[in-house]
Amino acid sequence: MARIGVIALQGDVSEHVLAMQRALQGKGEVIEIPKAGLIPSCSGLVLPGGESTTISRQLANSGMTEELKAAAKAGVPILATCAGLVLVSKDIGGDAKVKPLGLMDIKIDRNAFGPQRESFEADLQVDGFEKPYRAIFIRAPAIAMAGAGVQVMARVGEAIVAARQKNLLALAFHPELTDDTRFHQIFLKMLEA
Amino acid sequence: MELENLRFGTELLKRGFAKMQKGGVIMDVTTPDQAIIAEEAGAVAVMALHAVPADIRKMGGVARMADPAIIEAIIDAVTIPVMAKARIGHFVEAQILEALGVDMVDESEVLTPADEFHIEKTKFTIPFVCGARNLGEACRRIKEGAAMIRTKGEAGTGDVSQAVLHMRMIQGQIRSLKGMDDLQLMQVAREIEADLDLVRECARIQRIPVVNFAAGGVATPADAALMMQLGADGVFVGSGIFKSETPAAMANAIVQAVHHYDDPKLLAEVSKGLGAAMKGLDAASIPAAEALQTRGW
Repeated sequence: MARIGVIALQGDVSEHVLAMQRALQGKGEVIEIPKAGLIPSCSGLVLPGGESTTISRQLANSGMTEELKAAAKAGVPILATCAGLVLVSKDIGGDAKVKPLGLMDIKIDRNAFGPQRESFEADLQVDGFEKPYRAIFIRAPAIAMAGAGVQVMARVGEAIVAARQKNLLALAFHPELTDDTRFHQIFLKMLEA
Repeated sequence: MELENLRFGTELLKRGFAKMQKGGVIMDVTTPDQAIIAEEAGAVAVMALHAVPADIRKMGGVARMADPAIIEAIIDAVTIPVMAKARIGHFVEAQILEALGVDMVDESEVLTPADEFHIEKTKFTIPFVCGARNLGEACRRIKEGAAMIRTKGEAGTGDVSQAVLHMRMIQGQIRSLKGMDDLQLMQVAREIEADLDLVRECARIQRIPVVNFAAGGVATPADAALMMQLGADGVFVGSGIFKSETPAAMANAIVQAVHHYDDPKLLAEVSKGLGAAMKGLDAASIPAAEALQTRGW
């Protein structure tokens, strides 16, 4: 049975727990992970939205960094949204305030769309989706450059906002804030692989 | 995806922004240097001010929106969100803050109110946070478009008792709605002067439908953890950090306390050797006419 851990250091953790429970429909459990020691027991992980500087700092203090890197290396599927997307990247363009985990071969533009005034909803054309996907972008980052092994799934203008690399699914927006579980379903399929 | 098909300023975006602040500490700052200290300590956002509430209280006179030059300098200094305060009802101050690129406006009783009406917050693209002492006040602000509620507490005192009172009041009122039928909910809505649909929603989900932070008198890591254990989604710290003896250490300790709020051993650890907290002022000693929390309704 699936056991999904949501990294619970800061941000919209409870929204992620509820959204994952909706997607699972009883076929697995969702736990919050506030400290080291729980990650190895999970078959899938979620890095939620929040403030990447805050979460990055808490991650370093928590001792979870190595556990997360080990899980990613072992092929455990990871869903990373917004701040999570920043954290899984290799390169955030020289901003020393955030220490990315370096799991995914992408370069991030941290505040790609500007302040909250410029936050937006958009109906995305997503690779493999029949109908558009309503995505919620909140002071969102974007992927400025993606390596050869990264599958680009959606863009806003030139900016890449959804991408996959093996066991990593990274989104610049917030699938946990809407009822549409299509990205969660992709993530759950990755668990079966 | 064409860029012109984007929608801005929806309720989901506003409330969503507030949700991203959960489990975090929002710190009052008056200079770019203070903003950098706050960011380095792990603050999720800073509140840009010309003076912290303790000093506003001392200075007296009319307290207004901060100088846009200060706000701009603080925006340029950090990558975390920047909030700023507008006077209650002063929608032009709020328009100016929106134009500056502030991420959230605090329609705040710390400043001198400009109107008996609060700002019509649904008309803005950026989200607002408002203070509340009870469920009726919280529902009125949410109905006007507030995307986040905070306790009023008694700002600038370093006395957490009023924030505790207001948090307990809101939580208690919501608990008392449990099991009520619709006629009873209608009666409550009338009594507390709140929108009926919002009262119904609070009864059903057993919380307010937006993020609920603690504010007003939080001065130590223990204060912050107290508010979290009482059910706050996060904490605003006003004068508590930069009126303390060791601001950087205090800022860091309060961030850790909010994260580990239910771990007394860790709270003991982070509370060590912080020097003197802000001197403070017993909220009960403040004459009623000088209390900030009674501004707004």
